[in-house]
Amino acid sequence: MSTSYSEEEILLPAKGWFIVLSLMVALFLNLLPLQGIALTFWPDFVALVLIYWSINLPQRFGMSAAFGMGLLMDVGIGSLFGQHALAYSVMIFIALQLRRRLIIFGLLKQAPQIGLMLLAAQFVTLLTELLNRAHFPGWYFFLASITGVLLWPLVCSLLKISHSPKYDPNAL
Amino acid sequence: METTPQFFKHGPSPLARLVFFVLLSLILMAVDTHFKYLYVIRQTVAVIIYPVQKMAYLPATIYDTASSFFDIQDLANENIRLKQQHLTDSEQLQHLLALEAENEHLRKLLRTTSRNKSKATMAEIISVPRDPFNRKITLNKGTLNDIQSGQIVVDNLGVIGQITRSYPWSSEVTLITDKNHSVPVQVLRNGIRSVASGTGKYRTLELYYMANNIDIQIGDVLVTSGIDGVYPSGLPVALVSKIKRNNTAHAFAYIVCTPIAGVDRNSQVLILSPQLPGSKNQTESKSTNIQPKDKEQEEIGVH
Repeated sequence: MSTSYSEEEILLPAKGWFIVLSLMVALFLNLLPLQGIALTFWPDFVALVLIYWSINLPQRFGMSAAFGMGLLMDVGIGSLFGQHALAYSVMIFIALQLRRRLIIFGLLKQAPQIGLMLLAAQFVTLLTELLNRAHFPGWYFFLASITGVLLWPLVCSLLKISHSPKYDPNAL
Repeated sequence: METTPQFFKHGPSPLARLVFFVLLSLILMAVDTHFKYLYVIRQTVAVIIYPVQKMAYLPATIYDTASSFFDIQDLANENIRLKQQHLTDSEQLQHLLALEAENEHLRKLLRTTSRNKSKATMAEIISVPRDPFNRKITLNKGTLNDIQSGQIVVDNLGVIGQITRSYPWSSEVTLITDKNHSVPVQVLRNGIRSVASGTGKYRTLELYYMANNIDIQIGDVLVTSGIDGVYPSGLPVALVSKIKRNNTAHAFAYIVCTPIAGVDRNSQVLILSPQLPGSKNQTESKSTNIQPKDKEQEEIGVH
């Protein structure tokens, strides 16, 4: 058996329950009752998981799922209904545009572009809030995106477990 | 020219989808801010997300339980402290009951309406504000526990906020610091009435449109005045923390207050339900200390 190609090249189809589970875990992490500094640096896990699935499974997973998760987030944290839905839709649109480039990059090269998507989502949220006469919270608001970028390799490798091909001793 | 047949079904292009979803969410947001049509959709989503919300608060609950489990010394101290507190409180309560009866009597003599009594329901916080914009929390009691929007939420020190949305198992509380929330207050010391408006910032309230020479000092306690008919009167709201008079930019004094109650301190709160003065079916819940009349007199007789 030739092993000249990297084994990540062909990924197995992810199981439906795993996708749902990963989204629920992300939602759980997002809704943890944190305060102060921890909350400032706490990344949007739902956004990270949405980006991962939309890049790796664009046939099954797209903007509609992102929109639905956005609505769940809105009710979960009590924000304006549709705000996170809008932010996630825009974010996933960017992800789908950059997708072909991202899948040939390594995790480290992907990270800055993931940061761009996370920033876009945060920017949309900020914009809707400012239009709704909120105070500008300060630049530290965007720190959450930076932590998100730093956590991207970890999230990626965790989610890849479900659909990376397993070594099969009976193959040859 | 012939069009090439598509190998894969793609559906609408990403751009078309984006435009569709952006429009949809804009409509949702507009409807949500200006009308109340989205009640059912919000309720459905709330029911879906409730288990996750509840689970997300579990670590905090476990931590609280575990830390109290291991600190036996603390528990003993707390027990002693609470017993002493209970003694002093019950002594004050007896005074309160007598005063209440007297007040009722005097009010009857004056032919004024009697004060509203309220029943309280204990609830637990299951989510706290996540982003810096909205000051809202979620409680674990909802319409199935007869919680309606408009009810007042307090903790052991003062007012926390008001229920603005109620779902079957949970309800959403807008804190008094939310930018769209105001409480009618009066200064405890001299009875000056004002409105404490939320600013959207953490633990900050402001009194707008107060004259520069108004008699308010730093450290003054603000209590609810009750003239809105929503908040019962006499609940502590905030302490005046900063006053800036004679500022050239504004014609009014700049008065900043800090809320007395805090959602970051305890996870249990009380939801007060307004009750008409005529109805007698109060004090079903254990959380209220006010006893029905005959019982109360018995207890006074015993002591």
